[in-house]
Amino acid sequence: MSSARTAAVQPVAPHLDASGWPASPVGTPALAAARLALLRDLTLAFRRRGELIQPLAFFAIVTTLFPLAVSPELSRLREIAPGVLWVAALLASLLALEFLFRDDAHDGTLEQYSLSGQSLAWLLLAKTAAHWLLTGLPLALIAPLAAEALGVSGTGLAGVVASVAVGTVALSLIGSISAALTLGIRRSGVLLSLLTLPLSLPVLIFGARATELAIRGLPFTAPLELLAALAVLGITLAPLAAAAAVRISLE
Amino acid sequence: MSWTWFHRLASPPYIYGLAARLTPWFGWAAALLILCGLYGGLVLAPPDYQQGNDFRILYVHAPSAWMSLMVYTTMAVAAAVGLIWRMKVAHAAAASCAAIGASFTFAALVTGSLWGARMWGTWWEWDPRLTSELILLFLYLGYMGLRGAIEDTQRADRASGLLAVVGVVNVPIIHYSVVWWNSLHQTPSVMRLGKPAMPPAMLLPLLIMLAGFTLLFAALLLVRLRGEILNRERTASWIREAVQA
Repeated sequence: MSSARTAAVQPVAPHLDASGWPASPVGTPALAAARLALLRDLTLAFRRRGELIQPLAFFAIVTTLFPLAVSPELSRLREIAPGVLWVAALLASLLALEFLFRDDAHDGTLEQYSLSGQSLAWLLLAKTAAHWLLTGLPLALIAPLAAEALGVSGTGLAGVVASVAVGTVALSLIGSISAALTLGIRRSGVLLSLLTLPLSLPVLIFGARATELAIRGLPFTAPLELLAALAVLGITLAPLAAAAAVRISLE
Repeated sequence: MSWTWFHRLASPPYIYGLAARLTPWFGWAAALLILCGLYGGLVLAPPDYQQGNDFRILYVHAPSAWMSLMVYTTMAVAAAVGLIWRMKVAHAAAASCAAIGASFTFAALVTGSLWGARMWGTWWEWDPRLTSELILLFLYLGYMGLRGAIEDTQRADRASGLLAVVGVVNVPIIHYSVVWWNSLHQTPSVMRLGKPAMPPAMLLPLLIMLAGFTLLFAALLLVRLRGEILNRERTASWIREAVQA
């Protein structure tokens, strides 16, 4: 029956589907389109492998600064370790944000996305997911190494990984809004930090708290759940705001 | 019900004239209320039994802090109206709010810090309210920075409007996370004002000051809005008539 209806509509307006909306290219549903966008971003990133290391190197360097600046005593470092890890992770994820949409805005990919008839919010969510897979997840994986270097013993490391992994999801999503807002602005780096950091404070607070509890061997699920709540809120709302911001910058 | 009043609100010449007519009313009412409130607060109100005369900075501090949040909300509502109905005047109003709000926030921080120096012995305490206020100042600065960085007025309006709306969703989250953070790290050793047991002689001047500051904001907003409209409509023909009149 549906084929009959399509047949009836097609001669009139072949680019519209039966309900009058623009038909998506080759009938790709939103999820499949998002998957394609995600795979494209990952492929592009792996073609320039050198750049993948940069946020991790930055994270390692910032972590190194603290023993040099504060004290090499492990007992003192252990106390400030959660804060050091989280500030370093926040800055590393911030540094990578500038490149989240920039290249795609330059070469017109974002414009194509917004004209594709697919939901722009889904595609941006996919791009943000790729960004997290390339920065947040690796940061979470090397965070235990940095924690170890700051004198944290082995038991709390799983908690460190979990809190950094969940927290960076929220950070990437918050950052996607400000990255989209600052598109097309020259020397946007400082402005990007000024927009992102105040909004990411809750993530920093709950993340550092979860890490601290994990390091002390205490139950850390409460702050971790709050962190996850922030991430879920981000997944729900941030792509919509980012899509609106991208549309504004494309005008 | 007729919607003409709403459509008229979208017309820059109408708003420009309305703002010019309303400004003296709000301005003089604000001046009167603030003078009354200051007299009541600084002269008539009795000294606090714990803080003596030091508590009197409350009459500037609390209204500033109250205004810092109210102006942000006003800005976000104006920005949302501008985004939804594409109303240029609403964007102009949101743009006019930012500097006023940042100034109130700054005033709240400075008076809070002065108060803290007398009461807590430090110029800065990582108290949740002071910290939230500082973050609010950063939000204002971010808004103004974004608006300043985009040259095209319409794009600047829409981008900064979106930021204001995103910010207003986040303000409660930030506030409660800061409160939560603080309650974990700091014992409640800081002396606080006994909130419920405030005698009327102390409370009444505070309420008058709140009303005065609100009207002051309205007056400042109308003045800045006229400037903003003049700047945006500088090529329009009605401006020449309005300025010459």
